[in-house]
Amino acid sequence: MAVKKFVVGSFDDEAVLFPAVKKVRQAGYKIHDVYTPFPIHGLDHAMGLRETSLHTAGFIYGITGTTTALSFMGWVFTTDWPMNIGGKPHFPLPAFIPITFELTVLFSAVGMVMTFMYLCQMAPFVKKHIFHPRQTDDLFVMAIELSDKTSAEEVKGFLSSVGAKEINEQTAEAGWWLGRFDKEDKVFAK
Amino acid sequence: MLVGIGLLTLLIGIFALGGEHGPTRFWAGLLQNSTFFLMVVLASTFFICVTTLAHGGWQMAFRRVPEAISMTVPVLSVIVLVVLGFLIFGNKGHIYHWLHPEGDRILEFKSPFLNAGFISTMTVITLALWSILTVKLRRMSLAEDKMLLDNESRKALIWKGTVWCGLFAVVYALSMGSTTPWIWLMSIDAHWFSTMYSWYTFASTWVSGLSLIALFVVYLKSKGYLEMVNEEHLHDLGKFMFAFSVFWTYLWFSQYMLIWYANMPEETIYYKPRVWGEFRPIFFLNLIINFICPLLILMKRNSKRNYTLVAFMGGLIIFGHWLDFFQMVMPATVKHLYFPWYELGIGLGFVGLIIYLTAQQLAKAPLTAKNHPYLKESIIHHT
Repeated sequence: MAVKKFVVGSFDDEAVLFPAVKKVRQAGYKIHDVYTPFPIHGLDHAMGLRETSLHTAGFIYGITGTTTALSFMGWVFTTDWPMNIGGKPHFPLPAFIPITFELTVLFSAVGMVMTFMYLCQMAPFVKKHIFHPRQTDDLFVMAIELSDKTSAEEVKGFLSSVGAKEINEQTAEAGWWLGRFDKEDKVFAK
Repeated sequence: MLVGIGLLTLLIGIFALGGEHGPTRFWAGLLQNSTFFLMVVLASTFFICVTTLAHGGWQMAFRRVPEAISMTVPVLSVIVLVVLGFLIFGNKGHIYHWLHPEGDRILEFKSPFLNAGFISTMTVITLALWSILTVKLRRMSLAEDKMLLDNESRKALIWKGTVWCGLFAVVYALSMGSTTPWIWLMSIDAHWFSTMYSWYTFASTWVSGLSLIALFVVYLKSKGYLEMVNEEHLHDLGKFMFAFSVFWTYLWFSQYMLIWYANMPEETIYYKPRVWGEFRPIFFLNLIINFICPLLILMKRNSKRNYTLVAFMGGLIIFGHWLDFFQMVMPATVKHLYFPWYELGIGLGFVGLIIYLTAQQLAKAPLTAKNHPYLKESIIHHT
């Protein structure tokens, strides 16, 4: 992981944020990420993020759950320990359906949560830089990554022209590191 | 033209369906088709009712479409009334055994409920309430167009809609959700009963009704109307179709599994001709069309936003649930599986009738409820 320079602008209105994202992208600056207190429909599209493959992963987990349930119960009741339950056949499909359903849901739900955590780099003791303490409260925060060729002053000027309320420059770790949010009181990196 | 096919089949049916099962098949086909299509168009009224009660705004861009479809309810009610009148008072086709309970202890026990007087009264009341409330909801919506609305009258409009839709929800729950499918369809197998039956029938017709709305929306959109409807609205309709296909399967399975598990002769008798008898192919085809296909095809986001695919699935789901009604009615009445040319013909006649009446209603009023307070919400709708 690398320490990079960012220019951070915070917006207090969703309606200002959307055109700002478009203009920043048009101007060719690299948006590191946009942090919002709640999910905003269409923002991923405006930022040009590719469509998530989380649902495909979820489908695969679900199929895995279905096959696990059916093959395990099938193996137990036909091969390993056949039992006569109420005179039903040894592979009573209708009786297996509820368990199969539960296992499909369980596998896809847990698997999708895990995948989501992995994609967002979230886990216990994994710490990421917080650009603005109010990004989970009431501000929309946009972090623009500075390259060698862009000057911070120019980006700051551009951000204020598109409507950012509070603009500052930060040098921060772009990835994650091991740490704890409750022990480390330093919110802003130097 | 489809109405023509239907009438022609009806005529051929009158003359051609002779023999031992002829009259039974003739009336069973009419019963199956008339009740199915009435319940399907009634789902449109229920759609309006549900979305209004939930204060939904997204459907406003195309709400005139379910309204127009729902206006077929009075016409189909009359047809159902005529068919049931012949079946109950004429005992045509010997479809309802409970008309003659003498000597049958189970039917004698059930006769306070299963008798001609009670059932015909219930049917008339139900059909009248459905028709009146449907027409009332449509009138209220058309009256909006002529109003000059300020904030106060808009609030009053929402409140009035909520009250009438609440009333319809109660009527619908008490009829469609509990007794109507029992007295019309379940009483064909008069010895047998299932408490899941009404919900199962409701789920079947509700998902077909949603598919019918989607089909009309896609058709009108392809003709250049409904300019405010886009993929977002189609996506939500597709989600409805997907979700209630799964809901139907859930009810289907709940009914099947309990009977299969308990394995009591008086209950399994219903599934005997369907699973192990001549209707076995229909039984599994029903499950494939109504569960596997919607589950696998409508699962992806992109397929719910694709007009062609949603239209195709709409047609498939309606046919699938028509088949579902076929296997509800036929094994107990006709008892043998013929190629259903007659039933399909009557069904096409009903489809034609619905298309004709709906098109007339669509032409009568503007396709956008321009004064409704929630219209903007629908225009900017985003899923």
